[in-house]
Amino acid sequence: MDFALMWDSLPKVLAGAGMTFQLTFLALGLGFVLATVIALASLSGRRWLSLPADGYVYVFRSTPLLVQIFLIYYGLGQFQAVRASFLWPFLREPFACAVLALMLNTGAYTAEIIKGGIRSVPWGQVEAARACGMSGLLLFRRILFPVAFRQALPAYGNEIILMIKASSLASTITLLEITGIARVIIAETFRPIELFIVSGGIYLVINAVLSRAVRALELYLSPQLKDSLDSEQRRQQALGVRVG
Amino acid sequence: MKKLLATALAAAALLLAPGADAQQRTIRIASEGAFPPWNATDASGKLIGFEVDLANQLCQRMQVRCEIVAQAWDGIIPALQARRYDAIMAGMSITARRLEVINFSIPYGSSPARLAVQRQHRLASWQTPGNVERIRMDALTPPMNTALEELRKAISGMTVGVQTQTIHSNFLDEHLKNVVRVRTYDTMENMVLDLNAGRVDAVFGSGANLKALSDKGDNIAMFGPGFSGGTFGAGVGVGLRKDDADLKAMFDQAITWANETGVIRRLSMQWFGFDISIN
Repeated sequence: MDFALMWDSLPKVLAGAGMTFQLTFLALGLGFVLATVIALASLSGRRWLSLPADGYVYVFRSTPLLVQIFLIYYGLGQFQAVRASFLWPFLREPFACAVLALMLNTGAYTAEIIKGGIRSVPWGQVEAARACGMSGLLLFRRILFPVAFRQALPAYGNEIILMIKASSLASTITLLEITGIARVIIAETFRPIELFIVSGGIYLVINAVLSRAVRALELYLSPQLKDSLDSEQRRQQALGVRVG
Repeated sequence: MKKLLATALAAAALLLAPGADAQQRTIRIASEGAFPPWNATDASGKLIGFEVDLANQLCQRMQVRCEIVAQAWDGIIPALQARRYDAIMAGMSITARRLEVINFSIPYGSSPARLAVQRQHRLASWQTPGNVERIRMDALTPPMNTALEELRKAISGMTVGVQTQTIHSNFLDEHLKNVVRVRTYDTMENMVLDLNAGRVDAVFGSGANLKALSDKGDNIAMFGPGFSGGTFGAGVGVGLRKDDADLKAMFDQAITWANETGVIRRLSMQWFGFDISIN
């Protein structure tokens, strides 16, 4: 084990974190918008909307992300029609292809998460809002979405972490994010174990921070969670149970 | 039933036969299977190519049993060190950088490095100044220097694709880094896909390999001189662990034999269409 090499390459690999964040958060942001539209289309009760939405979710959840990235990057570029189209300046760039693939992938998963969140909103609240005269977008914005969002947040936090890790696949299409840079250094030093420990460690720290942040947001949006946590602790203390 | 039993017994006898010679050593040789005609993978997933045939010849000569395994290029040296196999025959050139971590047999072939573009590209018909055919990086002459300088001007600002961990990527890093943008690929196949898609303007790699891909129908036109020497190393050899001195001696001897008896030349003509042997 070459610890000096690990220490030397840490700042170099860390320099790829910027690219990792750009890929992940651009894809998450665009994917979230897409997912909201898809979730609403799927729940709309109109077959011409729900069928394509469900089809998209099915395709992107049932195929490996590596295959999706490869087909979007190398696959689309094989067609003269694509190369001649107005989309080519965009699809020519590996960065855009990676964001597109990650976005389509997270969009499918997030649509399912949002659907689950919306389904979990108690029907009584929707009825009460209707009784107050809310409907359509207003009902969605004030009642459905905030409640659904809180419900879906733990699952979505999971999705954020999965996306940070999934962005490493962008290294297969020549992008130099954390894993890409680690691969370059491996190419120079022939030391894969050392470099993968370094890059793995960086992902570990990033995801530790992110999962804490999501948890904090959860407690902020649902203060009753903290109360129930506190009361749970008090009850256990009263019963003489050690709280770990 | 009887017939079935007989077949089973015959099969068992076949399986046991090599075991009868307990002295015979088994050597595991790794190849990439994605670098035609050096090594390739056929439709059934079997490894084929010049190096597969040569490995079988060398093993016969060394009186050892050979097992040829496929290994992705970017992990081929680390896996040798991790003892997943004993030797590498994967179009790997002998370079100073690689000699720091592994050992090599004497070379069994060499192929000059070439630049290539799409056939309709303006550089496809580029004439090398002074008709220099080969630039030897370890023995540069004035005409070679002129040709190199003109080539530099011609490709200035282009995006050039290259396979990772190769003599070719080392050369771009050392000599053309500020002249062209370099994009590295895990395999030659992906690199050529991006050349055809127009994402890179040119590619740089083994001339023999580019010729094979061009013959196969890929849109590739080589241009400019061939490169060898210096960064490009002393030719392609068998990669071995540093502590395996006896295996190196065995391979060196067998390669010398294959050179002298024309085995390498014959296989080279068969797979490359020209002679890549060193002697």
